[in-house]
Amino acid sequence: MLNSQGRPTRAGAASEKAHETFTGNHALQLEEALIFETGRLEVTGVDIDEPLPFTSALGGLERTSEIGLPGLSEPETMRHYVRLSQKNYAIDSGIYPLGSCTMKHNPRLNERLARLPGFADVHPLQPQSTAQGALAVIADLAHWLMTLTNMPAVAMSPKAGAHGELCGMMAIKAAIAAKGEGATRNVVLVPESAHGTNPATAALIGFQVRAIPAREDGTVDPVQVQAALGPEVAAIMLTNPNTCGLFEKDIVEIARVVHDAGAYFYCDGANFTAIVGKVRPGDLGIDAMHINLHKTFSTPHGGGGPGAGPVVLSDRLAPFAPVPFVLREGSWLRLVEHAEGEESFGRMTAFHGQMGMFVRALAYMLSHGSDGLKQASEDAVLNANYIRASLADLMSLPFGNRPCMHEALFDDVWLKDTGITTLDFAKAMIDEGYHPMTMYFPLVVHGAMLIEPTESESKASLDLFIATLRDLALSARNGETERFTNAPHFAPRRRLDETRAARQPILKWTPPQPVAQAAE
Amino acid sequence: MRYLPLTDVERGDMLAKVGAAHIDELFADVPHELRLKAPLDLPRRKTELDVERALARLSNRNLPAAAVSFFVGCGAYKHHIPATVDHLIQRSEFLTAYTPYQPEISQGTLQTLFEFQTQVAALTAMDVANASMYDGSTGTAEAVLMAHRITKRRKAILSGGLHPQYGDVVRTLSHMASDDVVSMPADIRADEDIIAEIDDATSCVVVQTPDVFGNLRDLTKIAEAAHAKGALLIAVFTEVISLGLIKPPGEMGADIVVGEGQSIGNALSFGGPYVGLFATRSKYVRQMPGRLCGETVDADGKRGFVLTLSTREQHIRRDKATSNICTNSGLCCLAFTIHMTLLGQTGLRRLARANHANAVALAEMLQGIPGVELLNKAYFNEFTLRVKGNAAAVIEKMAARDVLGGVPFSRLAPHSGYDDLIIVANTEVNTDEDRIAFVSALKGTL
Repeated sequence: MLNSQGRPTRAGAASEKAHETFTGNHALQLEEALIFETGRLEVTGVDIDEPLPFTSALGGLERTSEIGLPGLSEPETMRHYVRLSQKNYAIDSGIYPLGSCTMKHNPRLNERLARLPGFADVHPLQPQSTAQGALAVIADLAHWLMTLTNMPAVAMSPKAGAHGELCGMMAIKAAIAAKGEGATRNVVLVPESAHGTNPATAALIGFQVRAIPAREDGTVDPVQVQAALGPEVAAIMLTNPNTCGLFEKDIVEIARVVHDAGAYFYCDGANFTAIVGKVRPGDLGIDAMHINLHKTFSTPHGGGGPGAGPVVLSDRLAPFAPVPFVLREGSWLRLVEHAEGEESFGRMTAFHGQMGMFVRALAYMLSHGSDGLKQASEDAVLNANYIRASLADLMSLPFGNRPCMHEALFDDVWLKDTGITTLDFAKAMIDEGYHPMTMYFPLVVHGAMLIEPTESESKASLDLFIATLRDLALSARNGETERFTNAPHFAPRRRLDETRAARQPILKWTPPQPVAQAAE
Repeated sequence: MRYLPLTDVERGDMLAKVGAAHIDELFADVPHELRLKAPLDLPRRKTELDVERALARLSNRNLPAAAVSFFVGCGAYKHHIPATVDHLIQRSEFLTAYTPYQPEISQGTLQTLFEFQTQVAALTAMDVANASMYDGSTGTAEAVLMAHRITKRRKAILSGGLHPQYGDVVRTLSHMASDDVVSMPADIRADEDIIAEIDDATSCVVVQTPDVFGNLRDLTKIAEAAHAKGALLIAVFTEVISLGLIKPPGEMGADIVVGEGQSIGNALSFGGPYVGLFATRSKYVRQMPGRLCGETVDADGKRGFVLTLSTREQHIRRDKATSNICTNSGLCCLAFTIHMTLLGQTGLRRLARANHANAVALAEMLQGIPGVELLNKAYFNEFTLRVKGNAAAVIEKMAARDVLGGVPFSRLAPHSGYDDLIIVANTEVNTDEDRIAFVSALKGTL
């Protein structure tokens, strides 16, 4: 088996023959120092004219110490970061099957549009009369989100998914307080399969978290929800489709029992990508749901953000939404930045949210249209099921070989007694030129491997991916442990020592200490 | 649809492999009666050209900063961004990568995060910095929570020089978490006595410098007073360029430093995405929110970088985590790091001096104009004017003369009673012509 660069990928002959090069070069993978090791304190890559002499007004608060940051000229800077970029895997270089992360194609049209001076070069506090187009983007995107979800309101300012969760849970807390139940309703139900952000968010604003177990089939049982409900329960936080890649088939019944108990239904919308245009969350009985524009609506992940996490809200929660929000007054759009005397719970962030992401998401929606968004969801689900069906005979499925939504979840039962772990299997995928799937999540499935191909993959791409995983799976079953336990060989780095990183944290570069002179 | 590779023939073949006769069989768990039968009332697909036209039409209804004489600041600043920055952050390998969960194939992102952390720590003169927050305001709220964890107290004191929207974000989160907040009244001349407010229940004092009015504040005595009572000093800044010229918070006794990093590498973008900078002392690192990148070695002994100390984080600790933050501001960090690498300390100092010189130049031109009073004793690139009449109306009238002259303080704090204050930001982009236009437009409104 050769990977796409034609290198043999089995441990053995080829790697033995390789010798270390003087520069560390390995197939154009050049070693690259830190800027602090190559830069010089007197160098700058930006030409700025020194101002004419003037009397400063710093009031004696001048910085007198060295900053200690070297600079690089422009060509050095370009080369440094291009070389570093080449050490990254990216969706533009291949399938990025991280379950729950929705790594779909990022259209470059959206990058171009977000950089129009009328969006990128507009200040959040310039007069509203000079920013009506920006407010129109917010209003238009809000309309799309409310229509796709059938929800009557949306808070646009949250900065990312977890920030959106916080927004939704704050609205719920405010609504409970308004009913005079703030002192008594302080428990939030969270299934064990939930993203870590759910319990962390609830705890951040003083809720106690009560775990709900999953049924044998990977979904939440309304009977168990009913049993966990009581007058002390404020809300349930439920992901749908859930983190096992399954649609919560009893979600309507769950919503009913939650509401009957006087609690609210927060839906984690991280996996909305599977159902856009197929079913509307508002019809399922939810009260709040955040939407990761950087997942479902394709704004680029950027190596860990920025994201955007607008939250749709039900009628019961809408009055408590944070500022700011946009009101349409005839042809005039008004940004409401203060809501004194209203029920709004306050402000989540300075300014008005992730405008740069709003432009990209709106462009994505306009490109797809309602018909294209529905087709995208169907293709995402079809691709995941195609992978599931093509690997089910070799790899084990924790909930049986039944249809999944946009991601296929395997466990490590099939690796039992091979001496190979999920981690090893993932690292061997790197040697084949692939980014691994999500590992060890959700926590409720042992050695979980969560594969999300998204709608962006062609059939040919899926077929090669499947063939590769089948080859790896057969190899694992045949006891070729070397291929796994020492992987990766063909990556900019071999396995990294994470224990050492945590035990002796080195969190910034420090200048090397001069070698101490031996004592006389 | 141009973003979807599958053909109908392939879809049919794949459905056959899956064993489904129709795509809807894969949605069998969705309650049948709730499935959408008809298309939603939204537009159908558009060509790339049509989308470009539609968005360009909206963008044309906004007035870009570069088209006018521009003096708007208050937490977001118009600076020149080198072309190299925007080119590099659009490299596929940076733009379309996920959070670096597989370090062997994410060294590009991880090494830049390590460089970012080193730069932020150096700029603020602190021991350690994290790999970013969403922005300065949310970082400030997280810093208050962190101080509460460290001190095991739950009362924060907010300076009257803190950006009012930052204050709102802290108050919102603190109210929800049932923590106490004491908010000092707007302090336009930086002469509040915040030390008198610190008591044995105080967890932290939150002070901004340069403050929202542009005043520079010496934090040394506040830090001493806070420490004497077992409280922490959280120092906030919204203009990171200032750290090229003024004494950094780490040299004035700050325990946690948070700030907005937008000015380096990131466009105005109507308020986001931006990048929150967050730094602290080594002894508090395990109470920090957010991701941290650390150095280690690989199986061959080569230096490499990984995300580390993640036992603080939500995906491991769940309801015991230091924060719920997950996605942060990765690409904005990268833009910051590239721009900062281009500048180096030599370029940053020069840039900071150019900003300060332009502010001084405008201040001198405003001297002696009847009805205009400059309130600041010490400032960096932003100052506050008291004008005759309503500041918001003055700004609107100046805008009609192609001068966006600043932020009326009443927009940030409508009930503060200060309706006659304009906060004016000066950066390297402002020219002599801009300043002449500013003075002329201002005079024309009075």
